[in-house]
Amino acid sequence: MLTIKRVPTVLSNYQDDSSEPRGCGRNCLGECCLPVSKLPLYAFKNDASPKVSSGADELPSDFFLNTLLLGQWEDRMSRGLFRYDVTACETKVIPGKYGFVAQLNEGRHLKKRPTEFRVDRVLQPFDPAKFNFTKVGQEEVLFRFEAGEDRKSLFLEHAVADEAKSPSVVAINVSPIEYGHVLLIPRVLDCLPQRIDPDNLLLALHMAAEAGSAYFRLGYNSLGAFATINHLHFQAYVLSTPFPVEKAPTQKIPIGNGLSQSRVKFSKLIDYPVRGLVYEGGSTLKELSDIVARSCIWLQENNIPFNVLISDSGRRIFLFPQCYAEKQALGEVSQELLDTQVNPAVWEISGHMVLKRKKDYEEASEDYAWRLLSEVSLSEERFEEVEAYIFEAIGLVESKETAAVEKNEGTPYQSSTTVSAAPHFTEGCLVLH
Amino acid sequence: MLAVLTAPAIGRRADSTSLSPLTSLTELMDPSLRLPVEQSLAARYSEWVAEALDEIQGCFLITDPDIAGHPIVFASRGFLAMSGYSLEEVLGRNGRIFQGAATDRQSVMEIREAIREERTLQISLLNYRKDGTPHWILFHLFPVFGVEDGRVAHFVAVQVPIPRRSRCLRSLAENRHEGGTGRFLVACRNEFRSDYKLGCNPVVELFVDVDNRGLEAEESRHATEQEKEKACDAANSILSTLAHYSKLTGRVISDKRRSEAGISAINSSLVISLGRIKQSFVLTDIQLPQMPIVYASDEFLNLTGYSRHEVLGRECWFLNGPDTDADVLHQIRQSIQAEHSCTVRLLNYRKDRSSFWNLFHISPVRNASGKIAFYVSVQMDENAKSNEHGLSPHMRQLGVVGAVKVAVRSLSMCAGPSRR
Repeated sequence: MLTIKRVPTVLSNYQDDSSEPRGCGRNCLGECCLPVSKLPLYAFKNDASPKVSSGADELPSDFFLNTLLLGQWEDRMSRGLFRYDVTACETKVIPGKYGFVAQLNEGRHLKKRPTEFRVDRVLQPFDPAKFNFTKVGQEEVLFRFEAGEDRKSLFLEHAVADEAKSPSVVAINVSPIEYGHVLLIPRVLDCLPQRIDPDNLLLALHMAAEAGSAYFRLGYNSLGAFATINHLHFQAYVLSTPFPVEKAPTQKIPIGNGLSQSRVKFSKLIDYPVRGLVYEGGSTLKELSDIVARSCIWLQENNIPFNVLISDSGRRIFLFPQCYAEKQALGEVSQELLDTQVNPAVWEISGHMVLKRKKDYEEASEDYAWRLLSEVSLSEERFEEVEAYIFEAIGLVESKETAAVEKNEGTPYQSSTTVSAAPHFTEGCLVLH
Repeated sequence: MLAVLTAPAIGRRADSTSLSPLTSLTELMDPSLRLPVEQSLAARYSEWVAEALDEIQGCFLITDPDIAGHPIVFASRGFLAMSGYSLEEVLGRNGRIFQGAATDRQSVMEIREAIREERTLQISLLNYRKDGTPHWILFHLFPVFGVEDGRVAHFVAVQVPIPRRSRCLRSLAENRHEGGTGRFLVACRNEFRSDYKLGCNPVVELFVDVDNRGLEAEESRHATEQEKEKACDAANSILSTLAHYSKLTGRVISDKRRSEAGISAINSSLVISLGRIKQSFVLTDIQLPQMPIVYASDEFLNLTGYSRHEVLGRECWFLNGPDTDADVLHQIRQSIQAEHSCTVRLLNYRKDRSSFWNLFHISPVRNASGKIAFYVSVQMDENAKSNEHGLSPHMRQLGVVGAVKVAVRSLSMCAGPSRR
């Protein structure tokens, strides 16, 4: 059995505690405390709703991101809930074509007793004995984020939890990668494992849309792609500079029949170290969300780890199938890269690297980022296979005509031969997490 | 038509279910912006510049990054004719209103970044007219710098329509194209020659009002050399007009930033970001001993009655007066020394010497180096409407601090023209 010791990131102050659930009175997010809590609630607008609540003024456009999310975050900072002050961590844009962002952060990867966590399985059942977000104290929660019934978004400072629905919450990440780093935890009481489904991905897109800033992104890591907790969650933060992946050129994938009525535009990244698909457009958020969700579901069910980046206020979504953990387990990654202790999850793939050692930070170069991220990517061949399966899964046929405009790079589409979607990992691959 | 002139966009997103941008036009210009927008050009170029600009052929917009929301302050007649909007519908609005469902998002990002980095950009773009029809334009953006302070005074965006062409013209246009998919950074200062001859006449406008879907399905549309030249010519005319008239007020501009600018602690992109925060606050520069104010929001000016130039560069204690509690001031100073944030209530004075109880919060703000670069102080009149939208005044103040911290940190990490 292959094992690798890896140092995880702690997302909650309660993660260090033993896994026995405490009794209530701890004001946690479990069945004991949450239903009677009065957390603030942000109910985002429902475009389809006929109802318009009278009286209440519309919220200002920067309310959600600045006033509520960042303001509450600042409040938790002043209450000392974070493990370190991330704004005291030096950060810079690495000179180069894409402007990778590096940060020197010695506090993020804290040592703790390693827990076993299989990374050879993308889908694993929820295990209540392991750390999960129901054990988080309510002081780490900023507000509930759920669909409202009004045509306007509403905010209630003290809202009684709805007994019928499991609330979705936004909580702080106590080891933030940037100021404002939060976790979106859909339906926290339902204890969903880390897996994408259409409803929950849509919730994440709505959050991107409500923030209304192209610099507020959400990210998702599947198991095996460096998710640290097997309880469904997305991450989000603001970084007011484009991510390298957002700047990378893309090549549109021409679509023939099938979903030609769809306004979703498909592209793939070219000239970027990690191969990925880019989804854009759609007449509604739900249309885009459903298509991305179906793609992710195919990957999940075929045991291919992946990461998702939601950018541009929910208008542009990147999907990265990856294989770094497998390579690590098989000893195929160079020691030099391993020594930097960077786990290539969604933020790293997008181009934001947190480095633990001063030497790595000072020497950080676009070349290093490229080398690291190249190890993460599926090979060209494997990526094309996966791409073909994904399109089949979402009911599309790629067009056989050559794209009219693109004249430079880009391999012409090859029709897929039937290859069985072999599991990506060798059995028995275990990583000590 | 102008697409997007925003830097970090914290604005209302257009209704996700609609295809046309019309729904976002139901908002009128924010009334508090009316005067700054109307005065923006005159203040720097004199009252006569509008007439001179009206004589320049072509479609173009001028925007002011110093006004909250980075609004349009001038629209040429050609632009209004091309886009179908009236002047009132466009003034004071942000350029993103011309963007629509099929506008390429990466192009939008490139424009945003060019603004942030205060540089010239030429890019082809799909925009939407008032009636919702899309059309392709060559969008040429350039900044105009104040010579004295080195800051961006205005951005100018020239648009040249790119009509649909027959296949022979299209492939000729493409063959001239350097590579990529319609994006190019062009330094347009030099003479520009169109040095090819065509069999067919490139001037013939084969613009056919095709169905929107066909237009929107095109991934990009390339401009001909002639169209690029047209854009550069218009840009040069506008620039020389602005330069000429700026001499009348003494606030001279240039297309180049002077390398030794005066005391200008914060760059245009930070100003744009801070302008989105609609509350009273100021930023003070702690790297200078007298801790001068380097940024003041419009709401601060409204609250205190001062004008911006009366405030910038001034030390931050000037709101205090005879009855301001000295102990509270001492508490503030101690917090600053200890590099902590602090919330107090103190008596402050407006320009007209009337006093008000100020719920005051001050916090250190670090930049990308990890060191403290500024202090942000947020003011709130105790008697003003409180508990708006369910959040206490203190929570709203913290929102300002959070937004400022993000802006300062992010915008100082980039290699580029920023000064800190």
